[in-house]
Amino acid sequence: MQAAGILPLDVAGWLVQFWIALGVAGLLLQRSPQLITRFIFPLSALVSLLLAATGLWALAVPANIMVLPLGLPDLPFHLRLDPLSGFFLILLGGASFGVSLYSAGYFKSMAGGTLGLLCLEYHLFLVGMTLVLLADDAYMFMVAWETMALSSYFLVTTDHYIPDIRKAGYLYLLIAHVGAIAILLCFGVMQSGLGIAAYTFDAMRDAPLTPFWSSVAFLLALFGFGAKAGVLPMHVWLPEAHPAAPSPVSALMSGVMLKTAIYGILRVTFDLLPTQLWWWGVLALGLGLITAVFGVMFAAVQGDMKRLLAYSSIENIGLLLVGIGLTIIFHVYGKDTLAALALIATLYHSLNHAMFKSLLFIGTGSILHATGERNMGRLGGLIHRMPWAAALMLVGVLAISGLPPLNGFVSEWLMLQAFLLSPGLPNNYINMLVPVAAAVIALAAALAAYVMVKFYGVIFLGQPREKALEHAHDAGTWECIGMGWLALACAVLGLAPVMVVGQLDQVSQMLLGTHLGNAANDWVFLAPMDTERASYSPLYFLLAVLGVMLMTSVLVRRFYHGRLRRSPPWDCGFPAQTPRMQDSAEGFGQPIRRIFEPFFQIERDVPSPFDTHPRYHGQTEDRLWYILYLPIKHITEKLAALAGLLQHGRIHLYLTYTFVTLIVLLVFV
Amino acid sequence: MENFNLLFAILFQLAQLLLVVLLAPLLTGWVNQCQAWLQNRSGAGVLQPYRVLRKLFHKDAVLAHNASWLFRVTPYIVFGCMWLAAAIIPIIAVDLPFSQAADVIALVGVFALARVFIALAAMDIGTSFGTLGARREMLVSFLAEPALLMVLFTASMISHSTQLPRIVDTLAHHQFILYPSLAFAGLAFVIVLLAENARIPVDNPSTHLELTMIHEAMILEYSARHLALIEWASSLKLLAYISIGIALFVPYGIVEVGNWAGLPLAVVILLLKLLCAGAGLAVLETVSAKMRIFRAPEFLGTAFLLAVLGLLIHFLLGA
Repeated sequence: MQAAGILPLDVAGWLVQFWIALGVAGLLLQRSPQLITRFIFPLSALVSLLLAATGLWALAVPANIMVLPLGLPDLPFHLRLDPLSGFFLILLGGASFGVSLYSAGYFKSMAGGTLGLLCLEYHLFLVGMTLVLLADDAYMFMVAWETMALSSYFLVTTDHYIPDIRKAGYLYLLIAHVGAIAILLCFGVMQSGLGIAAYTFDAMRDAPLTPFWSSVAFLLALFGFGAKAGVLPMHVWLPEAHPAAPSPVSALMSGVMLKTAIYGILRVTFDLLPTQLWWWGVLALGLGLITAVFGVMFAAVQGDMKRLLAYSSIENIGLLLVGIGLTIIFHVYGKDTLAALALIATLYHSLNHAMFKSLLFIGTGSILHATGERNMGRLGGLIHRMPWAAALMLVGVLAISGLPPLNGFVSEWLMLQAFLLSPGLPNNYINMLVPVAAAVIALAAALAAYVMVKFYGVIFLGQPREKALEHAHDAGTWECIGMGWLALACAVLGLAPVMVVGQLDQVSQMLLGTHLGNAANDWVFLAPMDTERASYSPLYFLLAVLGVMLMTSVLVRRFYHGRLRRSPPWDCGFPAQTPRMQDSAEGFGQPIRRIFEPFFQIERDVPSPFDTHPRYHGQTEDRLWYILYLPIKHITEKLAALAGLLQHGRIHLYLTYTFVTLIVLLVFV
Repeated sequence: MENFNLLFAILFQLAQLLLVVLLAPLLTGWVNQCQAWLQNRSGAGVLQPYRVLRKLFHKDAVLAHNASWLFRVTPYIVFGCMWLAAAIIPIIAVDLPFSQAADVIALVGVFALARVFIALAAMDIGTSFGTLGARREMLVSFLAEPALLMVLFTASMISHSTQLPRIVDTLAHHQFILYPSLAFAGLAFVIVLLAENARIPVDNPSTHLELTMIHEAMILEYSARHLALIEWASSLKLLAYISIGIALFVPYGIVEVGNWAGLPLAVVILLLKLLCAGAGLAVLETVSAKMRIFRAPEFLGTAFLLAVLGLLIHFLLGA
């Protein structure tokens, strides 16, 4: 495979440089926005595709290492491409290919200056994420991590003239940096006092860490990367930043950037730390479960379509964390095959989420362009005005709801299998925890279907809720191609799980030293452990359902008839149907709000029956914001005020401070 | 011999496919007839569902002006899903070849697929009843689905497999053991069956009253062949759920593939089981009252808890 000494890492390096060049070219071409959308974004998409191919190649070869002649003196940048990085490169390339193609159409109407800058930031964002995956030392990693955070901050605040968006961007930046500090400290712990010589990941792998310091490093990593991923209670930036950003950027942030945090947790836990402890797994599992249920519960009561998707991302990150926790538990107790199964389910779900969440986010972009509306309560009936967008989004909706034969179901299936095969762990308490966790996962998955029926039904189905929707137009060609790619990815990942699992085995081999294989020895049947235990064949399933559907359709027409006529809706004979009689987004979420009432902070404004101009107003907010964030804010403000007491702005006071400090120091020294 | 076995297996599979689709309306008719007897009515006879289907197929389909392709394709999807679901559950013979393609988790997925489509179709016309039905259906199912999954998990844990044929084989053909975990699971399963099949006390299949309807509200806009397919699918769903119950809790009398001699007896036993299950369902529906929609989550939450308890008991006692 290794043609003329070229390694996957070399190719990845070239592609990164090409991306930087494209970004700069975008900035230079800002006078001609047409060129940017017509050429730069499609070229960028091509680079994405090549990067995904490189990642696939990297799965098949041993890790490649490179030391760059860049960086500080004595601190060169180290790069490394191993199967774990390779897998996440596939995820990044695959998702960004669709998003970049979509962007070629989406940013068509944007003004040149903004577009040039956005193009630069967009490509720096992609480069930052790629370098995070390739970094092989703490220094490079932090530089790439910050590039990613800052470029995405600027992307989030593209519409910076709106105060709310500036606020959302600030919150995002703040939490990103709290997280980054934790990651930095984590690396500091892992180099275990060996000084600057130990800043490479290679040195960290060999660092002699006691279990205590390992745990500290793990907790810091969980906190730091968790802040980026949106794990509870560091999730608050997600539902603010995602709606603020332009849709393709939301897609990349939700689909790909959150996964770099998952990558970070996996890298630190399984690659860099020498041992794992069982309670890490329990902690990750518990945190993941809470995050998943919290995310999906809040998604159900949202009225803004992008906020809904953001909360759904929180749910999915929770599921991924559950997978990681399960992997740690099995790995610690030496259940290697099960650990491989849980890890593969986690990776598979990462890939799936990247595809369907990107698809749904860019889909909301098309709706936003067509209608100018993000509030689902003012949409409806778009399936008639936007048939292509509706059909492609339906694939994403079914996939994210975890329905066979699409991809969301496969990862759910693998995850549940990991739960089912788990008994026999030496720790009784964990044995008890496992079925409860499986139940919670099942509950979250079922609620996700509720959320997605609401999302799709309120936006695309029914009657248009506003007059203006009559003039909505379908997504453009580039937009459809971008969405089409992601929908195709959802279908292929769903229908060919055996091949995907075969590739993921390489990652499992690298991290855990075991692989899963496929017991069925067949490319149609997925049987991770044993054909007697479980098997699943989405292809046969799809063929059977389609076959039965076709046969039914033909037989009905053959034996009876296919006559059809149109009439006004029946609705139990009720004649005066207006669009306002349909459920609004709030209405559809009402049962969930009522059942889980203690978890929400609900503000209601119910008019009195005698009000001649009644206005109903209801708002559901996050209690954590009030319990956790506002107190922290108040304490910070108080501390700042105390510090402010020292400052009067008079020069002689400051001179006195200096003088006193000198005296005090002299006394001590 | 290998090839012969495969051929037999496929024949069995086709036979069951045909059997369930023809038998399903009869089961619905039997339940309705039993209810009629219990309520001192004479009833329309067990064959009534066939007559209804025939009538519906003959009618012209009437579609609302703003019905989309999703609305038209849904009856076929729902029918196809339910038919396949009913066909892969081993009720006469184990080792049906198609059940390899979908284990119990996939089976739950098939039900979910059909449910999501029918809920979406209900929202498609944009009538008040349609969205009301869709919302309530999703409300009921978000608790019923995990409960069903937990019931199936309990059985899977006992037999170390999520393949239905394997589960049936373990439960039926090994020595007779009473599993306390299965008792909890069984109770939970009955509740789920009532809820998922739009039965009293959660829903009422024979109502068209705004305050109470769930399933009927969703399919109000359907007519003629579309309605026929959905009704047929409902019958198939009921059959599928009862089949799951048979497979998990009374899997006795189910033969191996290729056992031609045992086949007639197996069919007779199956019919007896279905008769009893249908009559039991009618009794349950007659003695209970419809509950308010917001009591339904509590009812289903009970099922969910029972199912999880069953699973925990399996872990604790190992049985």
